[in-house]
Amino acid sequence: MKEIVVISGKGGTGKTTITAALAYHLQDKCIVADCDVDAADMHLIFSNKAVDKRKFYSGKEAVINRELCKNCGLCQQKCRFDAIISLSNYKKVDPLSCEGCGLCSHICPYNAIRMVDRFVGDFFISDIRTNTKMVHAKLLPGGENSGKLVAEVKKESRIQAEKYQKNYIIVDGSPGIGCPVISSLSGADLALLVTEPTMSALHDLKRVVELLQKFLIPAGCIINKSDLNKNISQEIKEFLEENQIILLTEFTYSKNFIHAVKSGQAINEYDPFYTQEAIADVWNKIEVLVNK
Amino acid sequence: MYKIAVASGKGGTGKTTVSTNLSHYLAQEQAILLADMDVEEPDSHIFVQGQLWQEKKVYKEVPTLIKDKCVGCGRCKEVCAFNAITMLGKRVLFFNELCHSCYACLELCPHQAIEMKPQMLGQLTQINDKNLTFLEARLDIGQEQAVPLIKQSFDFIKENIPAEIGIIDSPPGSSCPVVETVKNCDFVFLVTEPSPFGLNDLKIAVDTVKLLKKDFAIIINKDDGEENIIRDYCSKEDLEILAAIPEKQSIAELYSRGSLIYEEDVDFLGEIQKIASKVNSLMRRKR
Amino acid sequence: MKIAVSTVGTKKDSKLEPRFGRANYFVVYDTETKEYTFIDNQEIQETAHGAGPQTSQKIFDAGVNVILTGNGPGKNAFQVLEAGNIKMFICKEDITAEEVITKYLNNELKAFEN
Repeated sequence: MKEIVVISGKGGTGKTTITAALAYHLQDKCIVADCDVDAADMHLIFSNKAVDKRKFYSGKEAVINRELCKNCGLCQQKCRFDAIISLSNYKKVDPLSCEGCGLCSHICPYNAIRMVDRFVGDFFISDIRTNTKMVHAKLLPGGENSGKLVAEVKKESRIQAEKYQKNYIIVDGSPGIGCPVISSLSGADLALLVTEPTMSALHDLKRVVELLQKFLIPAGCIINKSDLNKNISQEIKEFLEENQIILLTEFTYSKNFIHAVKSGQAINEYDPFYTQEAIADVWNKIEVLVNK
Repeated sequence: MYKIAVASGKGGTGKTTVSTNLSHYLAQEQAILLADMDVEEPDSHIFVQGQLWQEKKVYKEVPTLIKDKCVGCGRCKEVCAFNAITMLGKRVLFFNELCHSCYACLELCPHQAIEMKPQMLGQLTQINDKNLTFLEARLDIGQEQAVPLIKQSFDFIKENIPAEIGIIDSPPGSSCPVVETVKNCDFVFLVTEPSPFGLNDLKIAVDTVKLLKKDFAIIINKDDGEENIIRDYCSKEDLEILAAIPEKQSIAELYSRGSLIYEEDVDFLGEIQKIASKVNSLMRRKR
Repeated sequence: MKIAVSTVGTKKDSKLEPRFGRANYFVVYDTETKEYTFIDNQEIQETAHGAGPQTSQKIFDAGVNVILTGNGPGKNAFQVLEAGNIKMFICKEDITAEEVITKYLNNELKAFEN
C-alpha cells in the first residue's frame, strides 16, 4: 500500500484540485483521505454519503461544579490563560481560552474542578461517486488542530485500504508547516508539492521542503498557473533542481480550474481535452517513483 | 487602536492582498499599523518597504530543574497535560516545544525543584514606512505555540505603536491561532472567493467569528461577475458584502511580483476605496 | 540484547510500521533467549502531542537496547533515546519484523543520525 500526500505550504495554489484529479484518475483503485480538517473541501467534488460518523475528542477542558465552588479565586489567580471568569458568586471556565492544563483541578481546595474530554470535531467515512471510500473530518471552530485528528483520518484510511485491498491512498494534506502537516506526512511514500509562481508561494515552498528533508520523504512537484510569472517559475525550477525534486508537470493559468470546482467536478473530468492526459502522465511518473 | 482582522476560512483567498493594499492605501492620509499574525508563514513583508525600526525576540517560560532539590518522584511528569516531561528512571527530561507554560509542574512539585526560564519562541520585526508601521510576528521553525506569540504581539502593539487604526493579517483556518487573533480585534473582514470551496470555508469562518461575538463584513475576491453562490449566501444570511475584487490575470500577475495592485489597476482601486470608506465610517462611529 | 521493531501487529511476521512515535506495536526480540515478545503501544493514538517521547519512554522502561523503524524519530524522541542510550536503525523496506532483525544482525541497516 502506498500513500501519496499532496501539500502546498501556502493555501490557494490548487492543492485540493490536484488531489481530486488524481483521485478521479484512479477511480476505485484508491482510498481518498482529506487531511485538510480546518477547511475540508474534497467532499464538494466527490459528493458523498457518510456510512460512519464519529465524534472526535482531543485534549481536555476544565469544568467547575457550581455547587462545590466556594468562589475563593485560587484557580483564577493561578490560571496562565485567563480562562477563569468571575461571576457574581462562583467561577466559570471560558472554554475558548482554556488550554486543558489541569492546574486548576489539582489546586482547587474544594475539589470543585474536573477535567473532561474536549469535543473538537466530527469524523466521517463516506461512500463517494468514484466507487470507493473517503475518510474525512470537520474541526469545530476554535478547536485545536493538533494533528491528532489528522492522524486519525490517516489511520482510518489505511484500515479502509487494507479492508478493500486498495494499493493507493491519495491524501489531501494539511496546509502550513505546523503539527497538522507533519501528521499528514507521517508514513507518506511520496509528497506531491503543488505550488504557483508567486513570491509568497515560493517562500512557503522552501519552508515545506525543509520539513520534507527532515523526514526523509521523497517529493515531486507541480507548478500551477506557471505562466503567471515566468521569472518566478524559473526560480522555482532551479530550486527544485537544487533539491532533487522532480518537476512532474506545469499547468498554465486557466479559468477551467475554477469552473470545474463550481460544477463539482475534478479538473480532468470537466476539461478532459486539456488535462486528462497530463494528469495520467503525472500519475504514471508517481507510480514509478513510489514503486522503485 | 481600532483593530480590524482580515481573515478567511482557507488560505490563498487573498487575505494578504487585501491587508497589504488596504493598509498602504489608508496610510496615504493617516497613521496605520499593518500587522502580520500569520506566524507560521508570514508573507506580508514581501509587499512592504521602509526602514527597519526594531526587532524584538519573543520568549515563553519553560521549566528547568533545580538539580539538588529534585528527588526524581515523577510528580511533574504525572501532572503535565502536554506530555512535555519524560522520566528516564529518576532523570527528568523537558520538551520545551511541547510546553504550554501552564506552570503546573512548578506549582505542584512537592520539593520546589522547578523554576521557569525563558525560551525563544519567535521574533517581532517592526518596519516603518512613513505613515505605515508594519509589524511581523514570526514563529521559529519547530516551535508549535502560535498563541503565546500572538498574545505578546498584541501587547507589543499596545505599548509601542501609536497608530489609531490597525489592519491585522490573520492566520488561515478556524483553530486556536485565529481565535486568539480575532479575540484581540474590534471588527473582522472575511475574504472569500466565489467557488464551492470558498463558500464552504466562508461558512466555517462566519461560525468562528460569531462564536467570538465580533461584527464582520465580507469581501469577495476573484469575482468573475457570473452567478455567485457567495452573494446568494450573504443575502440569505443578511451579511454585508463590502467589496468584490474582480478576477483578472493582471491582478494575479501584480500580486506574484509583490507589487501594490491599487496603484496600477483602476478596478482594484475602486474596491479598495469601498473597503477604506468602511474603515473610516467604523472609526467615526467609534469616536 | 533486546531489539524492538515498530510494527503493525504483534507477531514476528508482522509488517514493519514506518512510524516510530505513533506505532501501535513493537515486536521485541531477545538475542540471548532467542524469544519474541511485543509491546502494546495502542494507547499512543489517544495522545495529541508528544507521542515520540512517550513511546521512547515506554521502550526504555522495557529495557530495549536497539530500535528498528522506518522514518526515524522526531527531535524530542531522539533526545530521550540518546539520554537512555538506545540506538536506532532505519529500514525503508516493506518487510516483516523478523526480516528487519535479520538485516540488522547482518549489519545491513543504517544507524539514524540526527
